[in-house]
Amino acid sequence: MKCRICGRKAAVNMRQHKLALCRDDFLEWVPQQVERFIQKYKMFTREERVLVAVSGGKDSLGLWDILIRLGYRADGVYIGLGIDEGIAYSGKSQELCEKFSSNHGLTLHVVDIRKEYGHPVPVMSELSRRGKGKPCAVCGLVKRHVMNRAAREMGYDVLVTGHNLDDEAAVLFANTLHWEGEYLLRQGPLLPGREGLVRKVKPLCRIYEKEMAAYTLLRDIDYIYEECPFAAGSTTTYYKELLNKLENDHPGSKMTFYVKFLKSRQSGLFVEKEKIQQSLHPCPNCGQLTSTDDLCSFCRMIDKISQ
Amino acid sequence: MSVKIIMRDKEYEVRPGMNLMSALKKLDILPEAVIATRDGDLILEDEILKDGQVIKLVSVISGG
Repeated sequence: MKCRICGRKAAVNMRQHKLALCRDDFLEWVPQQVERFIQKYKMFTREERVLVAVSGGKDSLGLWDILIRLGYRADGVYIGLGIDEGIAYSGKSQELCEKFSSNHGLTLHVVDIRKEYGHPVPVMSELSRRGKGKPCAVCGLVKRHVMNRAAREMGYDVLVTGHNLDDEAAVLFANTLHWEGEYLLRQGPLLPGREGLVRKVKPLCRIYEKEMAAYTLLRDIDYIYEECPFAAGSTTTYYKELLNKLENDHPGSKMTFYVKFLKSRQSGLFVEKEKIQQSLHPCPNCGQLTSTDDLCSFCRMIDKISQ
Repeated sequence: MSVKIIMRDKEYEVRPGMNLMSALKKLDILPEAVIATRDGDLILEDEILKDGQVIKLVSVISGG
């Protein structure tokens, strides 16, 4: 297979775009696409201060690399979740983020959950009795809260995460399967900022997971290859596998599923947006927006484990 | 005469002469979920596998 641009041997074949590219042209193509979506969804400008949430994985480190190559003012934040499980998962992830930032002369902020809140995430999960024996629910809650807090306290204009198209399609699939109306109204490339909530964006939302893996490998970015020890057998992974089977037989299915969802919502398929937004109010303790009547879920969890 | 295919801690062997797509199909591995590398270079599904080659598959799915 040959590169459509230069005719040399192709390194990546994107069947959903009917496009094969060589290494060099692919490494130019990916940032061009990301820039296109940053503009299309009006995510942020080159004048704004951007905070990238990095986990040490291929998507977030690849995204940070792309944003820097595109000339954005992007710093990183790493959240030390304290996941060890005999393989020092969090320790290794942090090392890789630190290595990337020092190699590129970038600023990385580290928030250590154990130091901030007294316990690592798996212990928080046990103490709060959330998540049916797995810390994933608490982990998500902690990450969302701490990322937003870090961005607010350090004065960043926008918080950027490395969710790729496969992540978004899997979440959309789960939300559709359970008809989670409120989540379907909120899911998207951009969550606007409001009082207590920093704008959140996903510049990789139209980039396939396989393309990000190829980008990170071809750019020689050292990332954590091991899965989070708690992710094995997760529903998200199962949905991703299902969608990949579909994609294999019908190239472009994942992209169509996600992009047409966004377009349909924009044209009014799901309504009553105002109603949902009105039901959010600032948490009396931390000031972040919540839909619950009193304290937000994060503060309630912290309250519970402190008792 | 064989081609070695490695994915995480598993090793497989296939006959040389088939292309990568056929090899993945034979091993019941979904091409969408992996990137294949040979000596550090990415290779595509139409690549004919030759005797003695070692192909490393990188799993692309992450997250829980």
